[in-house]
Amino acid sequence: MGKTWASRLIIFTTLLFLIGPFFIIIFAGLSAGSSLSFPPQGLSLKWYLAVFEVESFRQSFTLSMFLAVCGTLCALIIGVPAAYAICRYKIPGAETIKLIVAAPIIVPGIIVGLALLRYLVVPLNFTVTLALFLAHTALVLPYAVRVVSASLENLRTDIEEAAVLLGCTRLQAFSKVVLPNIRSGILAAFILGFVTSFNQVPVSLFLSGPGVRTLPIDMLDYMEITYDPSVAALSALLAFLSMGIVFIAEKTLGFSRYV
Amino acid sequence: MSDTAVSLQNLTLAYGETVAVPSLNLDIHKGELVALLGPSGCGKTTTMRAIAGLMTPRSGTIMIDGVDVTKVSANKRGVGLVFQSYALFPHLSGFENVAFGLRLKRTPAAVITQKVEAGLELVGLSHLAERMPAELSGGQQQRLSLARSLVMEPKVLLLDEPLSNLDARLRLEMRTELQTLQRQTGITMVFVTHDQAEALALADRIVLMKDGVIEQTGTPEDLYNRPNTVFAADFVGFENIFKVSGNTASNSMVIASDTGELNLNYRSDASHLAWRPEGVIIGSGPHAGVVAGVAFAGNKREYVITTDAGKIRADVDASESAVQIGETVSFELPESSARPLREAL
Ligand SMILES: Nc1ncnc2c1ncn2[C@@H]1O[C@H](COP(=O)(O)OP(=O)(O)OP(=O)(O)O)[C@@H](O)[C@H]1O
Ligand SMILES: [Mg+2]
Repeated sequence: MGKTWASRLIIFTTLLFLIGPFFIIIFAGLSAGSSLSFPPQGLSLKWYLAVFEVESFRQSFTLSMFLAVCGTLCALIIGVPAAYAICRYKIPGAETIKLIVAAPIIVPGIIVGLALLRYLVVPLNFTVTLALFLAHTALVLPYAVRVVSASLENLRTDIEEAAVLLGCTRLQAFSKVVLPNIRSGILAAFILGFVTSFNQVPVSLFLSGPGVRTLPIDMLDYMEITYDPSVAALSALLAFLSMGIVFIAEKTLGFSRYV
Repeated sequence: MSDTAVSLQNLTLAYGETVAVPSLNLDIHKGELVALLGPSGCGKTTTMRAIAGLMTPRSGTIMIDGVDVTKVSANKRGVGLVFQSYALFPHLSGFENVAFGLRLKRTPAAVITQKVEAGLELVGLSHLAERMPAELSGGQQQRLSLARSLVMEPKVLLLDEPLSNLDARLRLEMRTELQTLQRQTGITMVFVTHDQAEALALADRIVLMKDGVIEQTGTPEDLYNRPNTVFAADFVGFENIFKVSGNTASNSMVIASDTGELNLNYRSDASHLAWRPEGVIIGSGPHAGVVAGVAFAGNKREYVITTDAGKIRADVDASESAVQIGETVSFELPESSARPLREAL
């Protein structure tokens, strides 16, 4: 009996710890007052609506969306063939390649951001947007390679040979037999990459210029100047957006198998 | 136009430094059902993969229907291969698996439907066409894989241990089906097996391999009754193999095993002599031994007898009364059932 109570308490505390902040944010955004506080001073939807009025939010949302979608796509275009090569061919130093690919996960993002600023943007005159794009692609690449590798390793190799003997070229065998069978792995990688990129702060921190800021950075800046509940409202909206994406993915693909 | 479907000439196959098949010469005739028989690791799969084009030979020539295809890529050879693991496409239904190759050839849809249905019919899977491979039993997957290769009307169909993953009953069933199918379609087939009974039962001709070298080829009768080497004899069930160690007089000789010798009252010029268990006579004869084991096997009793020349295996009709373990029996290794052998090739 005591044991059940103890375990229930632990579960409850853990859940509270994980989900609690989320509820605080949702309610803080519902405030009718004009400063960020919890519990909210009165209830209204005005800050949730106000979010859509802020011009810089719209711009940075578009940029973040662009980075998350295109950066992840680009990472997949590089990552899928890379994962295939690592899994299928006995490349000398495949293990090393895997490590190098994982580097952006291991190296603190803030250093990656600084390095890109110092060695790409400043000396080579790269635009900030391009640097951001490269940074986000690199950031997502390890996830793409990892997740796609996992589903490739579960896929038997003889079906490619079977396809070749039925008349496929190697490339056709890849697109007709390999791709359809790792499709859900690729989609999982896309979602993981999208979320990672969209929520990315440290790498993007150094890489912002006039009118070029990702949404999380923009929100930080906004909060330094204006301490109103719209940031809480925006956070809540973004959280719902992420949850929606993951939920759909889970329903359609059994996403949790891959992470 | 010759009647040779596949011709392998001085074929050398290697994995990096490891030479799996040093120099292979083999002709397979059109419409023939050939069994590639040999112990594990003797190069059967390697040879098949080379014929199919999945592996590039280090040297030598592969001809199919009289055309040198050594440099032709696997997708243009017109060779079908049924994998031991079936290698079905998990994302496609049974129907689509079979249609895969035809779709690549841009066959008109009506023709595809007709051919695929005929193919599925042939292997008895028409009612399961819409199932995914994962929803089929091992035997059904096997047959689907066969149908997928057959609808392509390959010049040669290779089957790598097609029956090894099936249980005993299904294996017998598929054995018959495969044979019927080959007779119906007249397609040239090469199948790999390490089961001599399977090879003997199915094949028109058996190619026995050892360490990448062909030890002997011949019809099942040939190989069963007239193996030429110690290895071949051992493989087809000559369980008593002795070295001829010396001819003592004009009409007698000594045969020897690792443990001892026996005197026989006839001569042979062969280096080895072999007897099947059923070729050994028990209950009479010039030699004596002690029964070390006896097993009842339905229509016969299988004896193990300890003799001066080591253990001898003998099969006796079950209608004869049993000799108990520990009893002494006389026995004979008759000249009439002795098979003369060479030590090696
Ligand atoms: N990928 C490989 N790399 C190196 N050596 C290999 C490779 N595949 C096979 N071999 C070697 O080549 C030889 C022949 O192998 P093969 O697979 O053709 O044998 P097999 O006759 O098909 O045996 P089994 O009955 O066990 O399938 C073996 O000695 C094996 O160790
Ligand atoms: Mg094999």
